[in-house]
Amino acid sequence: MFDLLSSDVFQKAFLGGTAAAAMAGLVGYFLVLRVQAFAAEAFMDICFAGATGASLLGQSPLIGMIAFSLLSALSLGALGERARGRNVEIGMVLSFALGLGVLFLSIYTRSSASHSNAGVSILFGSILSVQPADLYRMLACGSAALLALAVVYRPLLFASIDPTSARARGVPVRSLSVVFLLVLALAAAACTFVVGVLLAFALLIAPAAAAMNLTDRPLRALLLSLAFGLLITWAGLLVSFIGPWRHPPIGFSISALAGLVYAVATIVGRRGRPRRVQSVDLDREVRGNGGKP
Amino acid sequence: MLDVLRLPFIVHALLTGSFAAVVAAVSGYFLVSRGLTFAGHALPNIGFAGAAGAVLLGIEPVYGLFAFTLGAGVVVGFIGKDVRERDVSIGVVMTFALGLGLLFLALYSGYAARVYGILFGNILGISAKAVMVTAAASGIILAMIAFLYRPLLFSTFDPPAAEARGVPVKLLSVLFMALIAATVSLSIQVMGALLVFTLLVGPAATATRLVKSPVAAILVSVGLGLAYVWFGIFLAAASGRLPVSFFIATLSFLVYLPVRLISPVAREAA
Repeated sequence: MFDLLSSDVFQKAFLGGTAAAAMAGLVGYFLVLRVQAFAAEAFMDICFAGATGASLLGQSPLIGMIAFSLLSALSLGALGERARGRNVEIGMVLSFALGLGVLFLSIYTRSSASHSNAGVSILFGSILSVQPADLYRMLACGSAALLALAVVYRPLLFASIDPTSARARGVPVRSLSVVFLLVLALAAAACTFVVGVLLAFALLIAPAAAAMNLTDRPLRALLLSLAFGLLITWAGLLVSFIGPWRHPPIGFSISALAGLVYAVATIVGRRGRPRRVQSVDLDREVRGNGGKP
Repeated sequence: MLDVLRLPFIVHALLTGSFAAVVAAVSGYFLVSRGLTFAGHALPNIGFAGAAGAVLLGIEPVYGLFAFTLGAGVVVGFIGKDVRERDVSIGVVMTFALGLGLLFLALYSGYAARVYGILFGNILGISAKAVMVTAAASGIILAMIAFLYRPLLFSTFDPPAAEARGVPVKLLSVLFMALIAATVSLSIQVMGALLVFTLLVGPAATATRLVKSPVAAILVSVGLGLAYVWFGIFLAAASGRLPVSFFIATLSFLVYLPVRLISPVAREAA
């Protein structure tokens, strides 16, 4: 049993999964705070087009995902506040990206018999066959994303919770939102690579949403979300490597665990405390003045 | 060129595509007006798990598909109005269902092409019997919407007032999601689970930007939906074997983009 855990395949999957989960846990918190869950879903589908396009060009799918999602983050940033929370617009972009992905995939799978399973690995993840080069790219993306988040943490939190007063206080809300979109793009590409286009949403949203159901304090929620993300990924990998049922696919074990964590946190959170966010708490965390006016 | 129209599978594709386009355009109008775009994206994906499970059990995928979309639709109908909570819950349920679908797919050692047909659609492989079933189902859905039209419209645009006047808002919302589930199940053979969403939201989103009155918007939406499907099938047939769903998604995006940018109807997007 432990031979398996020291195997090369498991170690690579573990490293890649940890990088993706760490990014997802932290980015996800801001994502839920900014009510941009649907936008995140669109990023996954843009990654689908990127991955299939890159495969068509003979490149690693991860490169295509990163390129496409960064590009869309920049164009969304150019649209600015007009693009915030507009469900129908996001939906149209998402359906176009999916259509492109379906086109690329159909050309690619038809080009050679050995490509016929490309669809499954892109849609449902391919962490088990991760190449060293992709692993380095994921670790690099992860470090860049975490560094960027650490630098903008305080103003980003302020701008996400209360954009109006943040702007009034001279916080560059617009540039922050572009930075956040770029970080989101990296996290979405990494998660999509690990658990696939269809399941990445679980890794990105569920830990953060679960954490926010349990606590109102931003820093605590952020750390809890990070912990949930790592826990879900590690447990998911373990279940898939040594678990019952002839090794269920990793995408299934991770999304099922994510669903479970979210459901438990929602039930516990509902019973334990009032639902509304405490503004005094937020004040204290954002401005660091102990909650005094 | 018109010889193509004599091929039975093209005729079946055009007929089924037209039924799906009309039903999806009509129910899509209410979906967009209710701000349920994300649910429209999630339901087909949840249905995929049902279809994969049905394939595993050896029954027709469409039954599993309908059962799962119906269940999910009813749950969405019951969930409250808070967008933040709703999108997150729908998303987590959706990914869980997709994970289940993946598990079923892994357990199913047989021919996976049927499952692919569900994800990507199989419009050129529709039997004469399936055309009849689609026609009957479309008729029932449209009749239901016509029957519920007034209260549905009222509760869509002004839920508090509708509630005050004794319209059963909650019941309508659940019934409506059941209709969406039926629409999704019947459109999936045309577009595949990944892109049913396009047929639901694309025409309706463009129509609500073009005209204001509900009846006009529904008619424009139906016209656009039919045009996308017909052109999509035609372009796919002309291009060889490129997927129909790609052309439909691209057409719907290319029409939506300029309309959105120079929209004559200034409407608060949901």
